[in-house]
Amino acid sequence: MGPSLRRALLTALIMGVLGAWLGAAPAVSPEDQVHLLAAELRCPVCQNLSVGDSPSEMANQMRELIREKLQQGESPDQIRAYFVSRYGEWILLAPKRQGFNWVAWLLPFGAILVGVGVIGWVVRRGAARSRASRTEALQPLDPQYARRLEAELKEWGR
Amino acid sequence: MATWKKLIVPIAIIPVLLLLAYGFKTNPREVPSPLIGQPAPPFAMHFFDGGTTSLGELHGKPVVVNFWASWCFPACFEEAPALEAAWQAYRERGVMVIGVDIQDREADAKAFIERFKLSFPNGPDLQGKITIDYGVYGVPETFFIGKDGKIHYKHVGALDRKVLRAKIEEML
Repeated sequence: MGPSLRRALLTALIMGVLGAWLGAAPAVSPEDQVHLLAAELRCPVCQNLSVGDSPSEMANQMRELIREKLQQGESPDQIRAYFVSRYGEWILLAPKRQGFNWVAWLLPFGAILVGVGVIGWVVRRGAARSRASRTEALQPLDPQYARRLEAELKEWGR
Repeated sequence: MATWKKLIVPIAIIPVLLLLAYGFKTNPREVPSPLIGQPAPPFAMHFFDGGTTSLGELHGKPVVVNFWASWCFPACFEEAPALEAAWQAYRERGVMVIGVDIQDREADAKAFIERFKLSFPNGPDLQGKITIDYGVYGVPETFFIGKDGKIHYKHVGALDRKVLRAKIEEML
């Protein structure tokens, strides 16, 4: 078997496996897609509820509009852009990853890093202190006490 | 060192508390509408009295679009007489006032119209499409659409005669 034939067979095998895997991947149903998009939008008449979770009439109407737009062939990005054009970015539960919004995305990770740094510093300082106290404890005895200890040990051993 | 230790907790907590206070105190209805200065979203309506209109038909006229509901008390009750007065005062000068009744029952809406003797056209937004297209958060909200078809101003809450007159005059 020549190297080019082997390469062709390998490619066919990979394509076959990939094709089968993609074919087996569960397809998102239109109703799931409506719910996924609705979950990204803030319900305008609720307190901290998404359009997907709210039972309000307005959220219901918004879900219906999303369903209709998907049926008309609009992409999720187009639908998101439509709601932003009407309500502003406020309608998105997660801010877009751009400009000043990066602060909202990165600040928690920054806070975690600072927290880990502080914990590390405290732990290291504590370890250094305990090392220092151990070293203190191992300092040589006063010669007077050392002599006395030795004498008493001898006496005791007799 | 001791002072630094005392300060670190407030330094860490105060900005978080300020951020939370800002977030919780912000009223979504005060978020500026991205539609100001933009062409008004087109719509067509069937009125309760059987008439119809579309924004396209009204091009070249200043249009006041008021979103209301019969259950919206007291704000919608307060502004209804002011809207009727503005309609009476400015209809001869080509100003159009339209009421869009949202999330309501037809009988209640008709009773509201009757109670305040509203003579400007009012109709329901049954599927909420106009409401969503105008980015409405609640009632009442009023959009002032200029002769050029662009949204000139959005008012959140009950309108009074002074604001109505001032904004209509700006569009004439």
